[in-house]
Amino acid sequence: MSARGTLARRNERAWAVGILVGLGALALLPLARPRDDVVNFVFVILLSITLAQSWNIAAGYAGQVNLGHAAFFGLGALVARTLWIAGTPIGLGMLAGTAVATAFALLIGVAAFRLRGAYFAIGTLALGEILRSTVNNVLPEISTLPVTVIGGYRLAHRFYLALALAALSVLVVAGLAGSRLGLGMQAIRDDEEAAEASGVGAVALKLTALALSTALAGLAGGLFAYYHISYYPAHPFSPHWTFDALLMTFIGGVGTLQGPVLGAVLYVALKEYLALRWVDLHLLIFGVLFIAIVLALPGGLVQAAARVRRLMSARGR
Amino acid sequence: MSVLAQQIVLGLLIGGLYGLAAAGLGLVFGVLKVLNVAHGELIMLGGYGAFWIVTLLGIDPFVSLALVVPLALLLGVALYVALFGFVVRADEETRVKNSLLIGFGLALALHALAVRLWTADERSVVVGYGGSVLSVGGLSLPLVRLASLAVAFALIGALHLLLTRWRWGKAVRAAAEDWQAALLTGIDVRRAYVLAFAMGTALAGAAGTLVSVGYSVSPSIGLEWTLKALIVIVLAGLGSTFGIFVGGLVLGVAEALSASMFGGPYREVAGLVLFVVILVARPRGLFGR
Repeated sequence: MSARGTLARRNERAWAVGILVGLGALALLPLARPRDDVVNFVFVILLSITLAQSWNIAAGYAGQVNLGHAAFFGLGALVARTLWIAGTPIGLGMLAGTAVATAFALLIGVAAFRLRGAYFAIGTLALGEILRSTVNNVLPEISTLPVTVIGGYRLAHRFYLALALAALSVLVVAGLAGSRLGLGMQAIRDDEEAAEASGVGAVALKLTALALSTALAGLAGGLFAYYHISYYPAHPFSPHWTFDALLMTFIGGVGTLQGPVLGAVLYVALKEYLALRWVDLHLLIFGVLFIAIVLALPGGLVQAAARVRRLMSARGR
Repeated sequence: MSVLAQQIVLGLLIGGLYGLAAAGLGLVFGVLKVLNVAHGELIMLGGYGAFWIVTLLGIDPFVSLALVVPLALLLGVALYVALFGFVVRADEETRVKNSLLIGFGLALALHALAVRLWTADERSVVVGYGGSVLSVGGLSLPLVRLASLAVAFALIGALHLLLTRWRWGKAVRAAAEDWQAALLTGIDVRRAYVLAFAMGTALAGAAGTLVSVGYSVSPSIGLEWTLKALIVIVLAGLGSTFGIFVGGLVLGVAEALSASMFGGPYREVAGLVLFVVILVARPRGLFGR
């Protein structure tokens, strides 16, 4: 068991290095003067990696399926955007947004963690919807950047920031996975009662996981606010951000370091390809294809790869 | 005062539909331990089914239930065989996860299909007596919505009878309690699962029919109805069929009250706040066991 554990950890480290090297290589992309749509496409992948990885911390490691994740993404975006337009540097705005998202998560976490399993999922879904419809009612006007800001808009700045956040999210999960903290979270995920009985403080650890997860989501929200020229303030609160993060994580492999990254790449690329190839049928095809993927690979890409490897080694013997 | 009473009555009338929508979702969730987030899309399909049956055959929408419900039963069996049957093979935690994924894909596909086939326009069934209003003590009760509430109540009653009196209904309840024990006593659990899913889909179809008569359907109503149904399930708990119906009425009235006190835009917010408060205070719901 422990030999397998060490092997898994070595495997994880290899993935972390590989992903970071890949992200590092992407830093050279703007030097090649690519078309803007290429940069935008990679930007969406990077934002998705951050969002999926942030969701993965609470769901994959601590086993808490948070269906209100969009609320924290939205809060990060709302605070960062408001402060930035008012003249605060975007970095400070994003930090403030992250702080608000995390503080809100801790506040509701205390109540929401009275719920277990599917009830936690449903409760957080409702919380997210409360925030979305409140923001929609209070701020119905579209938020557009002032002309002076649009004049100085550089896509490359957004791209590098997205790259940095994606790398940060991978580093956080890599650091968490093998740590005492991360192991405690996984113990709770696998069996909460057993974990408590062996001295793991479940509530504190679940709150820590939620705080880490929502802090990253808040940062991603800040990035969204920095990137988009105009959007409705309620848009980043929309449940589809939660579902996107969830779907990417599950397609890739929940509770693994590389899963959300692989899932985000596949999900965004597939959706983009279908949208270009079958303009008005693409959502229908995407939905059907998605169901097929879930049925064919119940544990995501990571488990499917492991199964293939096992088959290969069995044949080799 | 009479304005408030009128609001409460309208809340009760829509609350019955919330209850019916939730009964189907609750049946599937309670028995299969599967969270079908495409339940609202099934309601949407039921609404369109009724709309086209009424338009093409020229029959009364309430009579169209006699066609919509069997069709929805068949659709439920097909969906179970094609999709959800694979999900229930996994352990309970994986079931919820995979059903979320499949339900999401299904919701996306059904929504896109509906837009493709029927455009994104809102539609509702128009009947000759659609404008008729029953006046009781200064309150006006739209006849169609009143009839919908009565039909919803009758369907809930029928479901209750099926689950408590019918052999297979009892099998469904046994499978919900403990499927392993049910298997040991010789119950065909797989068949009970198919039946529960088909009945859940039939209830969604019936709810959709009533929605298309008293209100309106469009391809995008799915998520809203799924959320309402989820809220009612948590409000009421999974214990009893009638409890879920009462939960629907409670949600309808709460929404109506908050809309009249804080204004229309806050309709949903108050319902959701109520939901979270109950979820935290009574995690098993008002009538849950």
